[in-house]
Amino acid sequence: MPSPYLPNTNADRAVMLQKIGASSPEELFQDIPVRFRQTNFRLPPPLSELELIKELRQLSNLNANLDDYVCFLGAGFYRHFIPSVVHHITGRSEFYTAYTPYQAEISQGTLQAMYEYQSLVCQLTGMEVSNTGMYDGSTAAAEAALMACRFTHKDKIAVVPTINPRYHRVIETYASGHDLALDKTELDSADLSPDYACLVVQQPNFWGHFEDVRSYAQRAHEVGALLLVIVDPISLGMFRPPGEYGADIVVSEGQALGNPTSFGGPGLGIFTCRQEYLRQMPGRIVGKTVDVAGKPGYVLTLSTREQHIRRERATSNICTSEALVALAATVYIAALGKSGLRHIAELCYHKAHYAAQAISSLRGYSLVFPEPFFKEFVVRCPVPPHQINEALFQKRIIGGLDVSHLIDNGLLLCVTEVNTKQDIDRLVDVLRKV
Amino acid sequence: MESYLLPDISQPGKTGCTLPPLDVTPSELPPRELLRQDLELPEVSEVDLVRYFTHLSRLNYGVDTGFYPLGSCTMKYNPKWQEDIARLPGFAEIHPYQSADSVQGALKLMFELQAYLAEIVGMNATSLAPMAGAQGELAGILMVKDYYQAQGDKKRKKVLVPDSSHGTNPATAAMCGFEIHSVPSDTKGNLDLKSLHSLMTDEVAALTLTLPTTLGLFDPQIAEISQLVHGRGGLLIGDGANLNSLLGRVKFGDLGFDCVQLNLHKTFSTPHGGGGPGSGPVCVKPNLAAFLPSPIVTKDDNGYSFFSPLHSIGSLGAAYGNFGVMIKAYAYIRSLGAAGLAEVSRDAVINANYLKEELRADYHLPYDRTCMHEVVFSGKRQKAKGVRTFDIAKRLIDYGFHPPTIYFPLIVEEALMIEPTETESKQTLDSFIAAMKAIAREVEENPEILHAAPHNTPVRRLDETTAARQPDLRWRMSEEKSKL
Repeated sequence: MPSPYLPNTNADRAVMLQKIGASSPEELFQDIPVRFRQTNFRLPPPLSELELIKELRQLSNLNANLDDYVCFLGAGFYRHFIPSVVHHITGRSEFYTAYTPYQAEISQGTLQAMYEYQSLVCQLTGMEVSNTGMYDGSTAAAEAALMACRFTHKDKIAVVPTINPRYHRVIETYASGHDLALDKTELDSADLSPDYACLVVQQPNFWGHFEDVRSYAQRAHEVGALLLVIVDPISLGMFRPPGEYGADIVVSEGQALGNPTSFGGPGLGIFTCRQEYLRQMPGRIVGKTVDVAGKPGYVLTLSTREQHIRRERATSNICTSEALVALAATVYIAALGKSGLRHIAELCYHKAHYAAQAISSLRGYSLVFPEPFFKEFVVRCPVPPHQINEALFQKRIIGGLDVSHLIDNGLLLCVTEVNTKQDIDRLVDVLRKV
Repeated sequence: MESYLLPDISQPGKTGCTLPPLDVTPSELPPRELLRQDLELPEVSEVDLVRYFTHLSRLNYGVDTGFYPLGSCTMKYNPKWQEDIARLPGFAEIHPYQSADSVQGALKLMFELQAYLAEIVGMNATSLAPMAGAQGELAGILMVKDYYQAQGDKKRKKVLVPDSSHGTNPATAAMCGFEIHSVPSDTKGNLDLKSLHSLMTDEVAALTLTLPTTLGLFDPQIAEISQLVHGRGGLLIGDGANLNSLLGRVKFGDLGFDCVQLNLHKTFSTPHGGGGPGSGPVCVKPNLAAFLPSPIVTKDDNGYSFFSPLHSIGSLGAAYGNFGVMIKAYAYIRSLGAAGLAEVSRDAVINANYLKEELRADYHLPYDRTCMHEVVFSGKRQKAKGVRTFDIAKRLIDYGFHPPTIYFPLIVEEALMIEPTETESKQTLDSFIAAMKAIAREVEENPEILHAAPHNTPVRRLDETTAARQPDLRWRMSEEKSKL
């Protein structure tokens, strides 16, 4: 059967080969030494569209999905409600079948949407400038730490112990390339040493609660280090933006803004900072300008930072990033708007507190941290958390993250606006019976 | 239509989405100093929102709009079922930190994709963790670094890259602390073996090589290159950006590569998304398998699970790579099978050579030999008449085509890098050829029309200098609405 994606017929191929002056397609591969030509590729036989969809649906059915299961799992990737408009816009193939907008005149859709994105995330974080996004929150954090090292000409990175451990590991990977030192720093009493380029903190932290980041800012700035804050973008609907408490760079996982959890990818690395670091930023940046007739338009700008121009002196090697995910975030923020985003944050806050209150009043359960929190909190369980998660799964509930290797019998739970009171009550009910 | 931005259609009290009321007793609010005083975001209705973004989409040009021969980017058609499959709740609505038992379908898909990719490129192990090609390159060079560190070999501080390489190659090596040395190409467009011979010392950790090269040529000296690099203790790292022309025909592993990074969004037909998401898996030989980025999916009697290789370079992201992209690439491979892959490379190469033959009379062909998936012309003949490649690209837009990649590779003066891909028909190529010929005539007869091109686009040529000198990178709600 002919392939629907190979539009040429055998007659076309014959005419083309004749024009080329080749007697067969194989002749075009003549530069490949004969001994390397292969025909043995062990792959399953081809499937028609009908068979393919059936097979992939069966495969997908082997997964417990969050439409069928109630979910109290977060830890960096979050299930939030996604208005239908989001995927209808990102599903327009003028957006999703284009590439990086190198040819501005026929890419104004992507470019203008990215200008909106940069504006919206700056409004949200309280920072001055944004790029069009990195791979995910963790690589945004890693690239931000590298940027801080470039800017301050120092080669040590300080990280507080309460950031997402997976982010810590990614910063470690990126730091190893440049042989930068990465230290876990307890800031309770000790001063920050002046040889650090930046201090990396998370607000709310990995355990879900708020820290005194203002004092971190002060201590970082006293020694000429930048304050790098990792935030939950949904929390910013309700909580003070990092721009107001001294952050120099703010990064975030943008998946929660209109994208499904999708097994952790694609995500979106929101990357915003103060204007003075603009020319040290990694990634694409869109700017507004005018055309020859004076009409407003948008272009990729400040490209002399980038690998395709600057090669080994570029600020990063990043090229393809997560533009479509950034578009989803743009549509999501615009759809919810000022009151919607605040309302979602408040729903998360109050439902999470309702759940925390109910669970901590159960015999054997307690909240590990007394500090104010947003939508996540750690519960100390009477039994190993994996037993609790197994019991929950039997009741079609995906429980929290088992953090017992870090906190004795600790379970990190997350509640968002998609969890109803009934869901929470069911969760509490199972916990009571374990 | 007048151009406008979200703040221009924002009015207090509007919203684009309804939300449920709170169904639990509200809790006490946290201390005031934690709370936000104001949140300045636009307020727009769903209707206005949809019209605005629909309007924006119509200012864009994608593969579904028309021919998109952007060299080195493999802008092939993306089958529509990919979108439907990736959106199945069993794929889209799963959390990365669920128990392995509850995501066996996802793990099976990743396990099989690892194996298919390794088979296609003739390697032994795959990590799907890198989220784009450049991150795959980063994984490759970090593996090189750790490989020599594990051997106690401290003298290898250099990475060689050909002068025709992608910018990501030197940028990546620099991110890993290596000194970068450029290897010149010879007059035929192949790597200059003599130079490689003198550059390839015991201080060199690796040579990063794109094959076919960015000139669209298969370097027939590949066995000698591999021998030279390995003979002096170095590693051969492949940039798989151009794999499309080798599908079902050649295996990187057989050619002597120790590692190759793939671009699922190029070769395996997943949509480019306006600049991502991509996916950049790395495939390696046994010597580097223990260094692969974490995690890898493995299988035993209890089913599928993740593991971290013994000497892994570490994590590249908070989860496991761009799973949503992997689904589409997996389905693409399943739709084609081995024979289908060879048909892809066959038609990609026929299409590129056909363009080469049809346009060689009108544009200078710097390397006159059979090409692979793409052909690189030079606009130097036109430049002599005062018309730059930039102008030719802009004029192509008037004829309804997306321009090719221009000014790359750097070693070709006024380069025009054309990659038709296999999903274009002879009819489409013929109309593109006719446009390119018409433009060549315009260069002679009416160059002014090229200098002013494009003429019929939503905006004309944009002032990039001012954009860079006085950056305007965002609006602010607190300012007046944008005056346009």
